[in-house]
Amino acid sequence: MIFLCVLLNRKSKHSTNMNQNYLHILLADDDEDDRLLFADAISEVKVKTKLHMVNDGEQLMSYLEKESTTLPDFLFLDINMPKKNGIECLQAIRNNEKLKHLSVAIYSTSNAEKDIEDTFVKGANVYICKPNNFDDLKRIMKNVITTKWQFHTTGLNKETFLLNV
Amino acid sequence: MRYHINYNITLACKAIVKEKFTQMGIDYNLYEDGELELKKMISQDELLHINKQLAQYGIELIYDQKISLVNKIKDIIINNVNSDEQGFNTKLSIYLTEKLHHTYAYLANLFTEVTYTTIENFFILQKIQRVKQLLIENNLTLTQIANLLEYSSVAHLSNQFKKTTGLTPTAFQRIIKKRKEYLNSQ
Repeated sequence: MIFLCVLLNRKSKHSTNMNQNYLHILLADDDEDDRLLFADAISEVKVKTKLHMVNDGEQLMSYLEKESTTLPDFLFLDINMPKKNGIECLQAIRNNEKLKHLSVAIYSTSNAEKDIEDTFVKGANVYICKPNNFDDLKRIMKNVITTKWQFHTTGLNKETFLLNV
Repeated sequence: MRYHINYNITLACKAIVKEKFTQMGIDYNLYEDGELELKKMISQDELLHINKQLAQYGIELIYDQKISLVNKIKDIIINNVNSDEQGFNTKLSIYLTEKLHHTYAYLANLFTEVTYTTIENFFILQKIQRVKQLLIENNLTLTQIANLLEYSSVAHLSNQFKKTTGLTPTAFQRIIKKRKEYLNSQ
């Protein structure tokens, strides 16, 4: 039998699902415009999301390694970041006991097959080749997040979650 | 001395549920989206008792009809994809309608409302997941996998695989293999 485990909020008389039914997303990108575009692109996706952003790889790793941080469900990393780039962060994450199970999406401007495969081999779950226009970005984010949501809610094997868009 | 208290509500609730359910001797699974599955059926009285125990923490179990039906749809699809019996590629809609006693339109709408994807897409996702497992196990050829999962041809399987994952089956296999080698070398 399947139940919903909810928190009773006596003040509002509404009950909220224990895990809020949100997908917690963490974005690491050093470009402010790109961060805004990303936030915009995911705002229209039907899956409910909560977005947190950091500006570079070092900020990312210290955020993830903090004891009090609730780990995100899905991490988006720009491959080109100062201080610590996306690939270096990916490797650090996969080598860390506490973090290695996290779903990671890497986005890059390259669509070279070798780069794509290399990124997957190093442990990325999703590879996104940055599109030129906003409509394509929205379409891609809808696909990526909705697919991740299916893995999240149906207990599918996260290790085989691989998506190239 | 004043301190600031930081708390992780989800973590706290999970711990409370675990403690209470262990005390009551109830076997359960708690999923990431807040769904709690009890391995056995329970009566209204039992549910009342459980909720009394949880109420002091502000936690309540609610039986949700819609989610229950959607999970039945998912179970039917998952069971079919993972069994080796004759599937129902073209008859999925009829099978679901007969088994669950609702019109397909109702089931389809409900499914999309709850899961944000279509029954068809979910079915394809499950099939591709099984293809991935079989590719990793590496005991069957692509032709054999295509036959097992009732694709009309290897081309059909490859196309659907590429469309769903963005990778060809062979690229996927190559990546998984290289990943293992890469991880072992770390």
